[in-house]
Amino acid sequence: MLDVFIDLSRGEFALQASFRAGVGATAIFGRSGAGKSTLVAAIAGLVRPNAGRIALGDRVLFDSAHGIDLPVRRRRVAVVFQESRLFPHLSVRRNLLYGRWAGRRSGGSSFDDVVGLLGIEALLDRKPGRLSGGEAQRVAIGRALLSGPELLMMDEPLSHLDGARRAEILPFLERLATESGIPILYVSHAMDEVIRLADQLVILDKGMVAAAGPLEDVLNRIDLGAISGLAEAGSVLMTEVAGQVTDYALTRLALGEQELLVPEIAAATGERIRLRVLADDVAIALERPKALSIRNVLAAEVTEVAHGTGAHADVLLAIGPQRLRSRLTRQSVAELGLVAGKPVFALIKSVAIRRGGGES
Amino acid sequence: MTAIRLSIRVASVATLASLPVALAVAMLLARGRFPGKSLLNGIVHLPLVLPPVVTGYVLLLTFGRMGPVGHFLQANFGIVLAFRWTGAALAAAVMGFPFQVRAMRLSVEAVDRKLEQAAATLGASAPIIFTTVTLPLILPGIFAGAVLAFAKSLGEFGATITFVSNIPGETQTIPSAIYSLIQTPGAEGEVLRLALVSVAISFVALMLSEMLARQTGRRWASV
Repeated sequence: MLDVFIDLSRGEFALQASFRAGVGATAIFGRSGAGKSTLVAAIAGLVRPNAGRIALGDRVLFDSAHGIDLPVRRRRVAVVFQESRLFPHLSVRRNLLYGRWAGRRSGGSSFDDVVGLLGIEALLDRKPGRLSGGEAQRVAIGRALLSGPELLMMDEPLSHLDGARRAEILPFLERLATESGIPILYVSHAMDEVIRLADQLVILDKGMVAAAGPLEDVLNRIDLGAISGLAEAGSVLMTEVAGQVTDYALTRLALGEQELLVPEIAAATGERIRLRVLADDVAIALERPKALSIRNVLAAEVTEVAHGTGAHADVLLAIGPQRLRSRLTRQSVAELGLVAGKPVFALIKSVAIRRGGGES
Repeated sequence: MTAIRLSIRVASVATLASLPVALAVAMLLARGRFPGKSLLNGIVHLPLVLPPVVTGYVLLLTFGRMGPVGHFLQANFGIVLAFRWTGAALAAAVMGFPFQVRAMRLSVEAVDRKLEQAAATLGASAPIIFTTVTLPLILPGIFAGAVLAFAKSLGEFGATITFVSNIPGETQTIPSAIYSLIQTPGAEGEVLRLALVSVAISFVALMLSEMLARQTGRRWASV
């Protein structure tokens, strides 16, 4: 368990963050300039907060009240930086093992396991200058894991990579998030990555924690659209694979008593799948529509309506215990008479992102 | 022949002995933040702009038998620099020092400090980071600086002749020997021979440094 309370100011910039992160992946999400990288640097010990306390399990890394400030090398906090930061004069193998021969670290994952997990066997004798961006980043992740860390932080590790390279690394990160057994802080401003990888979400805005908690809860909070700058407001649904419709290359997903159809997912029946649905992709009808191309129609109940002053209003719907967010025009909300408690039908135009496994 | 051997010995000793000091000063100038930094920078570069004769005279005043440092060294350790080949090495080291510091400082400044931070997060201590990350990365700069200083030392004349005079077999380096021979009637052949040797040594040194720099550069080329 990572326990962070940081108060830091550098000139104009101020960071005041307080949150906890357990085993598994916690995403730190925010716009550039929100203080994400500073937060990472402070936890790693590269930047010194003015005040606060950082504890990792029962080890105190920093405590201004008691004058504790553990040096970087003794924190056992590994960082995967945006630009990989591999040592250019050392082979991939020497880079991977740097924590062991130079840092005198032991424990952590076995070399063969990490190399296998990341698929970098063929790269071991190369110099970093001869790696592609995606390969370099995988090596950087391996190097961090092999230093026997008690906390792994990844500071936008995919932001310098193109779509194909990102797709190549994301599966490794997913496995890492579920299998590493240590807390992982995943810094990102890409919501699709966050939803695939993280169970917990901390939203950072202008140096402050705007929201923190389980991913679904934070994403469904209707008030956060404006605060976090989530242009792509939406919600996350936890579903279970109910079966395949092979004729049409579709997969049936159970959501309580109801079902959704999504493009084929390679997953076994019963496997849990996390869906991300953008608020703009959810329409609302008062009656179950007939003769409609949209296949995914769910019975729901309005729980909350946030009007705002612009053209749009956000409506939060309950589908059993889960929450679904819809963005309509204020005019529609008025004409349909949407108020809390009203039974409606949610029309889901498309499902954006999915993720297997994980806890709800 | 004696002059050539002596010159190489003087230049080698001067370069190798001043290298660690130059590296320390280069690190200090590249990374340090302290009052008097520009003063230190000025002192290091002074031999570059002063007439060499003046540098030699300053050396004579401080390291000569009557000078404060020279007297101290002789009284306590029995070391005499004035009019000895070691004195010639000191003069050469002082004259080559700015070249070494310059090249090393540039390479230290080119090292990405983020790599050193990464090394620290992986558990490495400051001395280990220096030897495993910083030093290998600045090695080309160290080579370049050393070769430049070596070449400069070979050619050093003004400060050397002022400080340790021109004693055959003791302080008579190639330039001093050429100077003497030019004033000797009928020694033109000898002068030409020494001049050619001079050219050859300098050329090989430059080629060597170029090669080392390119090789290390290519080996570590990142992105």
